[in-house]
Amino acid sequence: MGPATPLADTVLRIERVTLRFVGLTAIDDLSLAVRAGELLGIIGPNGAGKTSVLNCISGFYHPQAGRILFRDQDITHRPAHARARLGIARTFQNIALYPGMTVLANITSGRLLHMRAGVLAGGVYWGPAQRELVRHRERVEEIIDFLELEGHRDHRVAELAYGVQKKVELGRALAMEPRLLLLDEPMAGMTADEKADMARYILELREVRGIPMILIEHDMGVVMDLCDRLVVMDYGRKIAEGLPEAIQHDPRVIQAYLGEETVA
Amino acid sequence: MTLHFVLEGALVGVAVGSIYALIALGFALLYKSTKILNLAHGEMVLFGGYLAIALTRSLDLPVWMAFALAVAGTLAAAAALGFVVERGIMRPLYGQSLLSVIIVTLALGYIIRGLMVGLWGGDTRQFPPVVPTGVVRFGDLIVPRVGIYSAAVALALLVGFSLFFRYSLVGIAMRAAANEQLTASTLGVSLKRVFAYAWAFAAIAASFGGILLGLWLGVNFALDYVGLKALAAVILGGLDSIPGAILGGFLIGMLENILGAYIDANVTAFGVSLHGFKEITPFVVILLVLLIKPYGLFGTEHIERL
Repeated sequence: MGPATPLADTVLRIERVTLRFVGLTAIDDLSLAVRAGELLGIIGPNGAGKTSVLNCISGFYHPQAGRILFRDQDITHRPAHARARLGIARTFQNIALYPGMTVLANITSGRLLHMRAGVLAGGVYWGPAQRELVRHRERVEEIIDFLELEGHRDHRVAELAYGVQKKVELGRALAMEPRLLLLDEPMAGMTADEKADMARYILELREVRGIPMILIEHDMGVVMDLCDRLVVMDYGRKIAEGLPEAIQHDPRVIQAYLGEETVA
Repeated sequence: MTLHFVLEGALVGVAVGSIYALIALGFALLYKSTKILNLAHGEMVLFGGYLAIALTRSLDLPVWMAFALAVAGTLAAAAALGFVVERGIMRPLYGQSLLSVIIVTLALGYIIRGLMVGLWGGDTRQFPPVVPTGVVRFGDLIVPRVGIYSAAVALALLVGFSLFFRYSLVGIAMRAAANEQLTASTLGVSLKRVFAYAWAFAAIAASFGGILLGLWLGVNFALDYVGLKALAAVILGGLDSIPGAILGGFLIGMLENILGAYIDANVTAFGVSLHGFKEITPFVVILLVLLIKPYGLFGTEHIERL
C-alpha cells in the first residue's frame, strides 16, 4: 500500500512512517493525511500506536523511516518547539499542566510563542508592552469564556477536578492559535456531562473556527458522532480508513476489537 | 554567647551569606532546569575569582577602571564557559544516565581547577586595592567594609536575577521548562536554548560569587570548597527551590558566623580547642535538618505509593 495521494488542501501528511523502539515496532509503515478543517479520528485497541503517532507529529519521537509534512513543509527532523511555532498544538493523555499555577496563568502560557522578546522585560507596563499584554489577555479571556471556565479563572489547577483540568489543557492549546490540534483522549475519565461539553467544544472548534484536528478517543459513540473520517490502527499498522459508518461495519475492525473470532 | 557576639556574627553572616546565596542560586537554577547536579560549580567560582584578579592586574589602567573591565571580561568569559560546556560536553551526553553526566561534571571541575592552578599557581592571590579597606561600625558592631560592599552587590544581583526570571521572556521560558520539559517544548520553548542559558547563568552567578569572595578574602585553589557550601545551601533549601537556595545561602552564612565562630573560639573537647569547627558547622546543621526534612526546607516532596 503506497502513500495515499491526498487532495490539495491537505494540512498534514504522514508518509510511510515507521517507528521502532528496541524490539518493538510501534508504528509500521503508516500513511495518513489530515485535510483542511477536518476532524480525523484515530482509533484502535490499547497499544495500537495511536499516541505514538501524535508523538511523532509533535516531535517527541523521531521515526526511523518515512516523512511528515505539515503545510507542505517537511518537518520530519524538526524539534518539538519548532513544530509548536509552526502551529501544531496538543493535549496530553495524562494531563501536563503547571499544577501550582492558576487556570489563567496556565492558559496564558500557551501565548508564550506569540509574545515578543523584551515585552515583559523589567515589568514594563506601558506603551506597546501594555497594549500587547492587553491583547494576550483578551485572547485568553475569549478562551476562558468559550470553555466556560470563568468560575475557575483564579483557581490553582491542582485543586480542580480532572474534567476541568482537561478543559484547561485544551484552553492552553487553543491559546497557541493552532493550525493543527492534536487531542489525545480529551474525554478520558470524564463524566457523561463533561464529555457532552467537550464534544460540543470540539464540534464548535471545527464548525466555527475550522481548526483541523486529530482526535484519539476510546469512547466509540463519541468518535462515530464527531469525526469526519477515521483511521483504525492495530499493532502499529493502519488496518482501515474511511467514513465512520463504513468503519463501524468493517470486518477487520470488528476483528481487531473483538479478537480472533473468525470472520466469515 | 553575648548578644553583641550574636549580632555581629549575624551581620557578617548575612554579608557572606548573600554571596553564598548568589552562588547557590546558580547551582539551583541549573539543577532545576537541567536536573544536573553540577559538581564543577565550585570550580566556576574559582574560575571567576582567578580570572578577575589576573585581568585586573594585567590591565595598565587606573585600578578601578581595570577592575570594572576585568569584571565585565570575567562575566563574559563565564557565560562563554557555560555555553561551551553545554554545547561541547553536556549536549552530546543528552540521554545518558544522570549519574554519568554528574561524574562528567566532577571531571570538568578537576580540569578547570587544574588549569587555573597551572596558570596562576596555588598561592593566595589578591586583588589590588579596589575597594576601601577598613571597617564599618553600626553602634558597637564592627563589620569589614568590603563585606558591606559585596553584600550590597550580591543582593542587587539576587534581585536582578529574580526580576529577570519573573518578567523576561527568556526567564519565563526557563521556568516553564524547569517545571515540565516536554510540555514547555510543545508550547514552543526550545529546550536546547534553555539548557544553554541555564549553564551560562550558573557560570555567571558562580564567577560573580568568586569575584566577591576574592575581594574579601583573596583567591586560592581551595576556594572551590565554597562550591560545597553552595551545595549545602541548596540542599538545605530544597534542591529544586530557587528561593530556598537563596535562603539556604543566608542561613549557612549566619550559622557559620554565629554558631561556628562561637564553637571555634570557646569550646574545647578533651582539652583540645575545636578550631576550624566554623567550616563544618553548616554541614552538621544540614545533617540534622535532612534527618527531619529529607527534601530540604522548601523542596518538592516526592511521595510514591508502593
